[in-house]
Amino acid sequence: MSANLSAIFYLISGVLFILALRGLSSPETSRQGNFFGILGMTIAITVTFLSVGSFSSGLIYVLIFLLIGGLIGAFIAYKIPMTAMPELVAGFHSLVGLSAVFVAISAFLNPEAFNLGLPGDIKLASLIEMSIGAAVGAITFSGSIIAFLKLQGIMSGSPITFKGQHFFNASLLISIIVLTYLLCSTQSSNFFWIMLAVSFLIGFLLIIPIGGADMPVVISMLNSYSGWAAAGIGFTLENSALIITGALVGSSGAILSYIMCKGMNRSFFNVILGGFGATESFSSGSKEQRPVKSGNAEDAAFLMKNASSVIIVPGYGMAVAQAQHALREMVDTLKKNDIKVTYAIHPVAGRMPGHMNVLLAEANVPYDEVFELEEINNDFANADVAFVIGANDVTNPSAKNDPQSPIYGMPVLDVEKCKSVLFVKRSLSPGYAGIDNDLFYKENTLMLFADAKKMTEDITKNL
Amino acid sequence: MEIDPFIFRLSIFILSIFIGYYVVWSVTPSLHTPLMSVTNAISSVIIVGAIIAGLAGNSDSNFTNSNIFGFLAISLAAVNIFGGFLVTQRMLQMYKKKKLNK
Repeated sequence: MSANLSAIFYLISGVLFILALRGLSSPETSRQGNFFGILGMTIAITVTFLSVGSFSSGLIYVLIFLLIGGLIGAFIAYKIPMTAMPELVAGFHSLVGLSAVFVAISAFLNPEAFNLGLPGDIKLASLIEMSIGAAVGAITFSGSIIAFLKLQGIMSGSPITFKGQHFFNASLLISIIVLTYLLCSTQSSNFFWIMLAVSFLIGFLLIIPIGGADMPVVISMLNSYSGWAAAGIGFTLENSALIITGALVGSSGAILSYIMCKGMNRSFFNVILGGFGATESFSSGSKEQRPVKSGNAEDAAFLMKNASSVIIVPGYGMAVAQAQHALREMVDTLKKNDIKVTYAIHPVAGRMPGHMNVLLAEANVPYDEVFELEEINNDFANADVAFVIGANDVTNPSAKNDPQSPIYGMPVLDVEKCKSVLFVKRSLSPGYAGIDNDLFYKENTLMLFADAKKMTEDITKNL
Repeated sequence: MEIDPFIFRLSIFILSIFIGYYVVWSVTPSLHTPLMSVTNAISSVIIVGAIIAGLAGNSDSNFTNSNIFGFLAISLAAVNIFGGFLVTQRMLQMYKKKKLNK
């Protein structure tokens, strides 16, 4: 197949990828969008095989490795529980990063195959593009591995910091630029390998200081990085499908990080630099025991039975307790009693963007009962009961009225405006931000100390 | 003077960033998780580079290191392509509207 013809097909698959993302603007069109994505990928892969043309003994190995990877991927996709989606996505990011690194290495070792010149005499522009792709890919890989380990709980979620961290990271970043310059001027492969090693180290160092609960930002950020890595390789390979996709994914991840940052009221710059989440222990001084009202499932059932509208506020705790199905059963019972039930989702609820929505969808909650913060925040004042399950900081009123609070300015759900608030929680311990939630001590709050799943099941029995 | 082809690729890149910007803002927040898994899958189109590397110039089974890195990259990207699209499909199947007959 001629180079021009295959370039046109790559362009077509690029356009199909745009349509794949476009489809996600509503759940109705999303499945069609995913189909476009698969079609685009099939076209790109087929065209690549046709354009290489000469089917040597390498072909059988290419197909074998393709099959092995495909089977593993399909198996994972089929088996993975929805609550583990953040880990899965982090793991997938690491694979994109590593394959970008591997493609860059292949191109560096055998530039002739890619029309980039000869080994030791690679075109300058290609060398720069290759280095960018490889460096960003390596950062994505090691960063995602750390994110994965933290999300899996294999590595502690608490931030790891040391003195001069920013300075050290910055100097490593500069050294990558210097190494790339040396690589370009000498064409010596040693600089290429050192640059890769430093990039792996940076990815690792960037993510270790970030706390487990700040993972929504980290995952989105790594999503963005994986896109830029792909784009860098796309420039090297002069492949428009890869350039288009890289740009799409890069900006998609950047937008998601922006949304997550806004949801936590942190600056974007702060995130890029890393090192946040190391909240300096905030002590409000008021450590004395304040009285809380705690109740049991019966009390909660009584309150809800007499309500005419209930708003449910899910959070990460619901995912941990796997309580989404029990919750939906409770809601079904409420609906049978003609109680209006809606769900309110904070942008940073859970460990990744849209985490709660997927879990509720899994539990067969219709998506038109689920609302975002801006859509539903005014409804709390008119609702009878707010049922907070596994969320904490996203409901903390001190974000609105206490300028001293570390989360001051963060948009929160106006849960306290409800006539009564039911708060399912295992203990009085503060959320990840390490701050007390005034909501616990409010007159109209009833604390339900229990495992989220068990409590919801008990409430259903009592309804 | 002739324009370097790099400039054309750069144009594609910059314009695609803008397309991405507008398209992604129109994605409904409830689908942000599928958005991440599908972007994961499509960024694995990097497999085209891996295939070229894997197939590059060998008439017998003497594979170079470049070939081997290509093979490994193919596997990694394939995990992502199949895993990414299928898990997205699985998630999207779950998004249902309220049943009207209730």
